[in-house]
Amino acid sequence: MSDHSKSSPLPTYFSVWIALLAGTLITYEVAKIDLGVFNAAVALIIATTKALLVALFFMHLKGASEKLLKLVVISTVFFLFILLALSMADYGTRLWS
Amino acid sequence: MHDSSTAVQGEAHGAAHNPALLHHFATEEQQRDSANLGMWIFLATEVMFFGGLFCAYLIYRGWYFGDFAAASKSIDAALGGANTAVLICSSLTVVLAIWAAQTSRRALLIGMLILTMLFGLTFLGIKGKEYKDKFDEHHVPGASFSFDHEPIPGHPDQYANPKHAQIFFALYFIMTGLHALHMIVGLGLFAWLLWMAWKGRFTPEYHTPLEIGGLYWHFVDIVWIYLFPLLYLIDRHP
Amino acid sequence: MSMSMATATVQPAGQTIERENYLNKHYGVGSWLFTTDHKRIALLYLLSITFFFFIGGFFALLIRLELLTPAGDLVQADTYNKLFTMHGQVMVFFFLIPSIPAVLGNFLVPMMIGAKDLAFPRINLLSWYLYIIGGAMMLHCMLTGGVDTGWTFYVPFSTAFSNTKVIEAGLAIFVAGFSSILTGLNFIVTIHRMRAPGMTWSRLPLFIWAHYATSIIQILGTPVIAITLVLVVAERALHLGIFDPKLGGDPLLFQHLFWFYSHPAVYIMILPSMGVVTEIIACFSRKRIFGYGFVAISSISIAVFGFLVWAHHMFVAGISVYAALVFSILSYAVAVPSAVKVFNWTATLYKGSIRYDAPMLYAFGFLGLFTIGGLTGLFLACLGIDMHVHDTYFVIAHFHYIMVGGALMGYLGGMHFWWPKISGKLYPEGWARLAALIVFIGFNLTFFPQFILGYLGMPRRYYQYPPEFQVLNVLSTAGATVLGIGYLLPMIYFLWSMRYGKPAPDNPWNAAGLEWKTPSPPTTFNFEEEPVVTWEAYNYEELDAPHKEEVPVAR
Repeated sequence: MSDHSKSSPLPTYFSVWIALLAGTLITYEVAKIDLGVFNAAVALIIATTKALLVALFFMHLKGASEKLLKLVVISTVFFLFILLALSMADYGTRLWS
Repeated sequence: MHDSSTAVQGEAHGAAHNPALLHHFATEEQQRDSANLGMWIFLATEVMFFGGLFCAYLIYRGWYFGDFAAASKSIDAALGGANTAVLICSSLTVVLAIWAAQTSRRALLIGMLILTMLFGLTFLGIKGKEYKDKFDEHHVPGASFSFDHEPIPGHPDQYANPKHAQIFFALYFIMTGLHALHMIVGLGLFAWLLWMAWKGRFTPEYHTPLEIGGLYWHFVDIVWIYLFPLLYLIDRHP
Repeated sequence: MSMSMATATVQPAGQTIERENYLNKHYGVGSWLFTTDHKRIALLYLLSITFFFFIGGFFALLIRLELLTPAGDLVQADTYNKLFTMHGQVMVFFFLIPSIPAVLGNFLVPMMIGAKDLAFPRINLLSWYLYIIGGAMMLHCMLTGGVDTGWTFYVPFSTAFSNTKVIEAGLAIFVAGFSSILTGLNFIVTIHRMRAPGMTWSRLPLFIWAHYATSIIQILGTPVIAITLVLVVAERALHLGIFDPKLGGDPLLFQHLFWFYSHPAVYIMILPSMGVVTEIIACFSRKRIFGYGFVAISSISIAVFGFLVWAHHMFVAGISVYAALVFSILSYAVAVPSAVKVFNWTATLYKGSIRYDAPMLYAFGFLGLFTIGGLTGLFLACLGIDMHVHDTYFVIAHFHYIMVGGALMGYLGGMHFWWPKISGKLYPEGWARLAALIVFIGFNLTFFPQFILGYLGMPRRYYQYPPEFQVLNVLSTAGATVLGIGYLLPMIYFLWSMRYGKPAPDNPWNAAGLEWKTPSPPTTFNFEEEPVVTWEAYNYEELDAPHKEEVPVAR
């Protein structure tokens, strides 16, 4: 891993920490509001944002000198998505005819 | 390909190399980059490992939404939320520990590692309480499972199907149980890191085990970030 | 640590001291069981997988013996179920999946890229121990009752109805799976981080590209079957209902999760073999592989597309017809990169200086048999055909053409090709060519009748069949016997050669590749000095230039 940035990373770490806690609180509170089918979407969007914050800033993916690590993450997420999406291609269409 | 542009001699034993440099590596940077890549790839396998469970969860949640919502309501979202906060704080202490190593702050390093482990233990403690609650309420799948007369949220005249609720609880215990197992492994890992830090093994130039241990810990955090809304917050509107 | 090589010195009495190499550097069981040398670990794997090959082969023998007669008269039905189950499990998980990567890959990947070892030598040793533990668990399972669910463990039979040792078999495969994952992880990091200076991606041997693609599949796919086995074990032990229709579960969910790995697994089994064949064809045509870039990209494409087609194993299981359509189209698509390879190998042969040494005979066999196996895969991808031949011997013939006619022949070809490097000895070429011929004949005699049997309607996993199928079954069993002889021969003469074979020169084939620039057998750290690569892969024109000193070994 290359040298970390010359300026202190502490402000970033603490900002991310606050954002993560805020995201958790928002998720918890929004769950109490009836958004119908969007409840799940909002919860997952917030969760994904939190996961990205952890990955980019705590796991130092953002500062990584080469694209390889990002490629590993993107590929993995892609294949997980394939598992979920193509399984749903079956389950989602079983009742169609 | 490692970074030296000149041919490197087969023996990379220069005058004063780090004793932690393993001799099949040419440079410390190569060794560190290899360890880093190795851990990221291992985390990729872990994503797919949990991914199978998420797939099963997704399908049954689609099939039995009402039953899942009823079952989800019976687990304590406040405790789940608290656990999420605990893990988030533990991820902060991990990055602070690494920063401490990078800036030669030994006391802070040790303090942050201990704090991380305390957060981890807190997480497990809260989890234990949740499991005990489920055991007391007979929500553990198996012979003594019962989930009768639980209304489906939003449909007070309908009761949840206990069989489908049992599937929720089976997935709940397997997913959070597997996560807890990873947490325990993480605690073991950090105990070892703490011992190494205590022995003074980490320097600003060499703290690779901290970095890759940290990666693992953050991954365990990320899994929980998804487990919390999916398991605890299916349908919480009154 | 000093890397001094004791060069062969001539003693006054005319005896030479054997040069120090990875085989004789340390002696004793401990030096093998605690080694971190990738070459020694490769040999540990070689012994272990050969052992399991015998076990899987033994079950195959019993299957074919039973099928000599239409009646079920050799074993009982339940026993027969165990035979084909354990044949499949052992051959897939304990032979084919490790075979080339763990033996040839472990041995050659560091050498081909100019490295001293893999990135994580201790994890390499750990992966062998995990394989052994899983193997021991599987052996114990087989010896104490076995498993009868089919290698595919379909639910709810495996979770609720079978009274055989499903949990133990599942856990054994779970453990062995981690062996596979760690091997893949090691290869990816090694190929990214440990290449010698000048070894750019486009100079890598295609064997490396093939193993890189294989490792991607091992990393991303194996964890899914791991968690699936956990669910099966949990379901069986605790009756959770995840797969039980009576409790609201869906048996097809198991199949989705199982095949999400097990289809890409077949590419784990074939891709390394394709890498071997590429090396052999280039060497014995004395030509650079035609279309290097296409072959490299096709390996990666197979790895990616291989993850998109799994439900073609489920066409008649009850998935929605719309999903079946999607998976059928994708299954046609996945054949394209494989076809690209076949075209490129053929184009490489064109106007090459072909030599018919044993490795090349296996490569030729691979070319023909893999093509047949691959084409019949397209028949199966067609929904209309699959309706009729699913679960018949047509399917069995299809995958044995690829696994045995393809993967195993590639493995044997590779073992012959690199044997001089691995052992420092030459195998007897005459016997090797004979064995290759016997394998080819035996293979086709065994499995071609099975295409016909399946087309005529004989179901798989049946121990009795209508009398009109007997002739074809007898042919198949006869072929299996011939095939068995063909497999025994190399084992015998490889062992023979370790004691009595002629010492091998460093590069008996005058082949391209960094591994051939080391002594035969190599020293523990492979290279005296880290190589600096300034030439392209498969530089056969340079190697065959008239003033080259190295002379191919005389026979």
